[in-house]
Amino acid sequence: MTLEARDLSVRFGGVAALSGVSFAVAPGTVTSLIGPNGAGKTTAFNVITGFQQPTQGTVSHDGQAITGWRPHRIAARGLVRTFQKTSLFPGLTVRENVLTGLHLRGRVGVAAALLARARVRDEERRLGEEADGVIDFVGLGARRREAANGLSYGDQRLLELAVALAAGPRILLLDEPASGMTTSEKASVAALIARIRAQGVTVFLVEHDMRLVMGISDRVLVLNYGRLIADGDPASVQRDPEVIRAYLGSGAHAHA
Amino acid sequence: MSRLLVAAALLVAATAPAWVWNPYHLHTLIMAGIFAVLALSLNLLLGYTGQLSLGHAAFFGIGAYATGLLTVKLEWSPWIGLLAAVLLPGAAGFVIGRLALKLRGAYFVLLTISFAGCVSLVSVNWMDLTNGPLGLPGVPPLEIALPGLPAFSLRTKSAFYYVVLAAVGLAYLLCLGLIRSRVGRALVALRENETLAASVGIDGTHYLVLAAAMSAGMAGLAGGLYAHYTRFVSPEVFLFTYTVTMVIMVVAGGKGTLAGPVVGAVLFTVLPEALRAATSWQWQMLLYGVLLVAVLFFMPEGVVPALRRWRTS
Repeated sequence: MTLEARDLSVRFGGVAALSGVSFAVAPGTVTSLIGPNGAGKTTAFNVITGFQQPTQGTVSHDGQAITGWRPHRIAARGLVRTFQKTSLFPGLTVRENVLTGLHLRGRVGVAAALLARARVRDEERRLGEEADGVIDFVGLGARRREAANGLSYGDQRLLELAVALAAGPRILLLDEPASGMTTSEKASVAALIARIRAQGVTVFLVEHDMRLVMGISDRVLVLNYGRLIADGDPASVQRDPEVIRAYLGSGAHAHA
Repeated sequence: MSRLLVAAALLVAATAPAWVWNPYHLHTLIMAGIFAVLALSLNLLLGYTGQLSLGHAAFFGIGAYATGLLTVKLEWSPWIGLLAAVLLPGAAGFVIGRLALKLRGAYFVLLTISFAGCVSLVSVNWMDLTNGPLGLPGVPPLEIALPGLPAFSLRTKSAFYYVVLAAVGLAYLLCLGLIRSRVGRALVALRENETLAASVGIDGTHYLVLAAAMSAGMAGLAGGLYAHYTRFVSPEVFLFTYTVTMVIMVVAGGKGTLAGPVVGAVLFTVLPEALRAATSWQWQMLLYGVLLVAVLFFMPEGVVPALRRWRTS
């Protein structure tokens, strides 16, 4: 169940968003990908989940090359992502959002939808129970029937997590799940990530909040200008001189 | 309250030929039914997947020509003609959906408009096949012929009314079945956020193709019924006005709801006729326009969602 990127490069015209990046995400871990803004973190996520084609290099999962697959197929393989900017089904309720996320857990196709209503009813009941379970898991039980676009920002981010979890990830790729949150909201997201991992889901995390990252990660990868400059456990990465230079030496402020 | 309303509407619809004695009024109701099928069909795309087809009259027209040509030129049974009127436009819808691939929004609109333009030109210019602007007269009426019984013709207005009513019921149940399953949720996911949909494993292209094919098949059925009702097919079936009328019905009735297109179809077929009876022709279209603007101004989501909101508040 290892996710492996080998020699990934993405170029936009003359700009290299990623150049020759290789790494592996071990099953059962929380692995974080950090780096200054524009370092290529989201690009790496886009390439892994099929939203962007790499100029060069391969991504494989469990030894199976998935480079060039379309996003829905990669999701069906168990690699599910969230987005940096809040991304929901805005006009639907919390429950409908999660039910939509459960798409891969259903089997009914057009023929069954039109002709086998009993099967549809059974599936709807089963999916409904699963949806309620996921909603309770992220703590949105009281908001079930509310429209997604009416939720508070923090609740919207939790709902994003719920939608992704509904898709049944084996590897969950979270793109800045705690950005813009208050300190207490961040703490609950960290606790939630720990619970997700405890369920056997591998977590791959892009995040700017260093306290959150260092607190929950088993491994930390550091990108700077599209290159991987460090790869190790949180303590050693924090001491790495090149990492310190990337965050502080260029005159930019550290995000923490 | 809402159940009572629906039951009353069904009762009225089921008994209409018994008390609508004016044939012209019955004709209006039949047209309302044909438009209800069309509006339900357009709603599948516009209301659920969020993609606007401005070439929907093409599927209606292909349906009309499919059964018209098969029954007039080859003298096949009208029922096989009707089947072809579903399958042929359905196949065209499938192709449009495949071609659309990643085209969404304005580009999807352009694709459907161009398609309708092409088909319309074919109907006018392929004289050998379609008779061009002269059209195909003599499309036979529908007939129920059971072995051992005399054939029962559905050429009268009251008989045809029930054929159309059955078609509306069928189209409605089809939409209902799709919408209340994970297939329907996948369609709505395309409308709401296709990127997120892909990230949870929903194949957008697959579901758009599906919606386009089914929507086109339903529009084709309406076209087939129209051909057997008017007994005549001409390039007039491809008129852009038909598409515009469908869009008005779906949007004003309530897109993305099941009842909206039906309510919209009845409202906007009966309204022009009522205005015709109440005023002179100069005022008819003007008043129609004013009323349409008023509906959209006061009920921007459409009549059905507005009524629902009004009841719950």
